[in-house]
Amino acid sequence: MASHEIRVPINSDIDIVIARQRGRELATQLGFGSSDLVLIATAISELARNIVLYAQKGEVVLSLIEDGGRKGVAVVAHDEGPGILEIERAMQEGYSTSRSLGLGLPGVKRIMDDFHIVSETGRGTTVTVRRWKP
Amino acid sequence: MQVPVLKQRDYLIASIQAALTDADLLQLRDALVEQVGRFRSRGVIVDVTALDVMDSFAARTLRDLAHMIRLRGAETVIVGIQPEVSFAMVQLGLTLEGVATALDLEEGLAFLDKRLNVRRRP
Repeated sequence: MASHEIRVPINSDIDIVIARQRGRELATQLGFGSSDLVLIATAISELARNIVLYAQKGEVVLSLIEDGGRKGVAVVAHDEGPGILEIERAMQEGYSTSRSLGLGLPGVKRIMDDFHIVSETGRGTTVTVRRWKP
Repeated sequence: MQVPVLKQRDYLIASIQAALTDADLLQLRDALVEQVGRFRSRGVIVDVTALDVMDSFAARTLRDLAHMIRLRGAETVIVGIQPEVSFAMVQLGLTLEGVATALDLEEGLAFLDKRLNVRRRP
């Protein structure tokens, strides 16, 4: 299904910029509008930053996807960090475990079409988001 | 990538030229907070026209920057937030609460002149 896959290792804040730029390039290929491109890039930025902040390292996998004629971009942010203890709370607006910085997950969920999170304490976190081309 | 800071009259103008890492943003914040004292500046303009993404970290750092500079006795105005970036910020629920913004550099200068009661020769 994934015709094109880009893997971006996330080890430091520079990789956050690289991941969102790669994602933007990929979404551009599909002909997303400029507002969508910024939304997708911003979502990738938030997800990649969570990896750096909470797990130190991980990876972001970007791919073009197709489903019944519609096309889109998928972003999988994966790490083997400590995991999120309380996912339900992390998904609440304003929730934060690291001082004034929220996880940004509710915002990411709002700006993407599909949002899926799997997290296991001590094993890591995988967040999958998709944005379909209108 | 370091952000060039231009000193003009009583103002400091920082023009972001490309995408910035978190470390770059923090460095810009600290540099401006320090330079406001060194140059005895009364106003700071941060031009974010070239910024492709304003995520939660960037928004928070710009907010901190403006508040720190206010504590140092100067005013900050953020200029050049692009339409798509403003849309994404609203969707994400990111705000620049308590921070002045203006359309572009020209409007930013006019804002500071007015706020600081600067009279210019016609």
